[in-house]
Amino acid sequence: MMALAAWLWDTAFAPFAEFAFMRRALVATLALSLSAAPLGVFLTLRRMSLLGDALSHAVLPGVAIGFMLSGLSLTAMALGGVVAGMLVAALAGLVTRFTTLKEDASLAAIYLVALALGVMLISGHGTQLDLLHILFGSALGVDSQGLLMVAGVASISVLLLAAMYRGLVLESFDPVFLGAAGRRGWLWQQGFLMLVVINLVAGFQTLGTLMAVGLMMLPAVSSRLWHDTLPAQLINASAQAMLASAAGLLLSYHLDTPSGPTIIACAGALYLASLLFAPGGWLPRLWTTTHRVA
Amino acid sequence: MVSACPLVALHNLTVSYRQHPALHHISGSFAPGSLTAVVGPNGSGKSTLLKSIVGLLPIEGGRSGGALTVTLASESIAYLPQVAEIDRSFPIHVRDCVLLGCWGSAGAWGAVTQAMQGKVDAALQAVGLEGFERRNIGSLSSGQMQRVMFARMLAHDARLILLDEPFNAIDAKTTAALLVLVRQWHQQGRTVIAVLHDDALVRQYFPSTLLLARELVGWGATSEVLTEPNLRRARAMAEHWDEAADLCDIDVLAAKKVAA
Repeated sequence: MMALAAWLWDTAFAPFAEFAFMRRALVATLALSLSAAPLGVFLTLRRMSLLGDALSHAVLPGVAIGFMLSGLSLTAMALGGVVAGMLVAALAGLVTRFTTLKEDASLAAIYLVALALGVMLISGHGTQLDLLHILFGSALGVDSQGLLMVAGVASISVLLLAAMYRGLVLESFDPVFLGAAGRRGWLWQQGFLMLVVINLVAGFQTLGTLMAVGLMMLPAVSSRLWHDTLPAQLINASAQAMLASAAGLLLSYHLDTPSGPTIIACAGALYLASLLFAPGGWLPRLWTTTHRVA
Repeated sequence: MVSACPLVALHNLTVSYRQHPALHHISGSFAPGSLTAVVGPNGSGKSTLLKSIVGLLPIEGGRSGGALTVTLASESIAYLPQVAEIDRSFPIHVRDCVLLGCWGSAGAWGAVTQAMQGKVDAALQAVGLEGFERRNIGSLSSGQMQRVMFARMLAHDARLILLDEPFNAIDAKTTAALLVLVRQWHQQGRTVIAVLHDDALVRQYFPSTLLLARELVGWGATSEVLTEPNLRRARAMAEHWDEAADLCDIDVLAAKKVAA
């Protein structure tokens, strides 16, 4: 019994108790889980599951410009990323409003241009290592300043999402109704995209621009298999993201793998489990072969 | 309740998709408290007319150009689009969906009052959906879904109600139940405009009719508009489609006349 407790302590708690960088990484990823995963649920509801991916690429040229201007300064790169992401989201929004192109088409076109620009900038002015760092991040390298940024963004994002909740639900569910009621529907959409952008940027140091999407989307997709109501899905998504974060950090510590991808792989394992065991998944269909009379 | 000022006035209204008019120089008005059926073949611009009134489409000459005047705030207009335009897989309860009808008064941040809850209860009862409050809309049949949409309009309490093919794919029993509501709205002095395909139903329930075929074929008392010659004319006009049609010169001529 004591041996088991000791083993549990060594594997699950000691890494966090002993190392400050592990604690910082844990807090940062937990904060991100709280704010980003619910946004992912809204993205899947709006059938824009791949939008996070597109926006994360769009952030790249901004991060690159920030890096070029002031080196590995977190503030500069984050600011550049936010500006670039918002610019792409706003441009795509404008194209959608004033032409016949739909949201996904206009965004696809613009983010690809942004991504190309970003890669051109980085390869011209940095090394391969920088590119890898920006794309895949490193949760274990989060310093106090980075932690404050993640915590700040997560707090603001959760509060804003709460404030926007009713409008966002209506805009996702029945945009025609909202459009008929006041013609301001696109404001909700733009506000929501801004939230997605700042969350992706907050995640870029911890997880990298590419992996940040994983923490946003994977738990969100899995959570939809578990519940029929939106509030439950939002909570489930955050919980799964947190579980994946803690497990991923521990695994990456013990197996010596990069932290970001390990966290996302853990979220992927939860997704696989959800696919099999959740009420909306595959196995319950095999178990429930009976039906009610009415 | 007859008032001199019409609720919706169309003055030479043209709405085009890529330069091809879906509505072509329509003039006329909907009086407050009127109950009008909009009839015409497919592609005759019926849905376009409703969408223009709601403000979902850009109209030629702009919203303030005088082609279309709506003397109502947008909160007082309820619009029911065709069935297919709502995402039925969305995780939302019937009750919450009906409560959205109160968006005009509650908005994004306003409290949901006891009065609104009461309205929702009454609306659900009126459409015969008691006991369905906690059901997800994904589990409803299309008839039940249409009842939910009508309940939402009841909660909305709008002065002008626009219905786009409300009884498509709806069985006779549900149609009858929903028509009772339409009749009640009419008795309460609300203005109702409904796009319909069933001529018999229009003759039975709708005092006035607007017959469209991209252009105006007839607008007035149903018995005078829904005549065989008019319907034949409407069918013939809608079938006519020319990719390389010349530019319409009605406006050009009018402009010249003003200039002269």
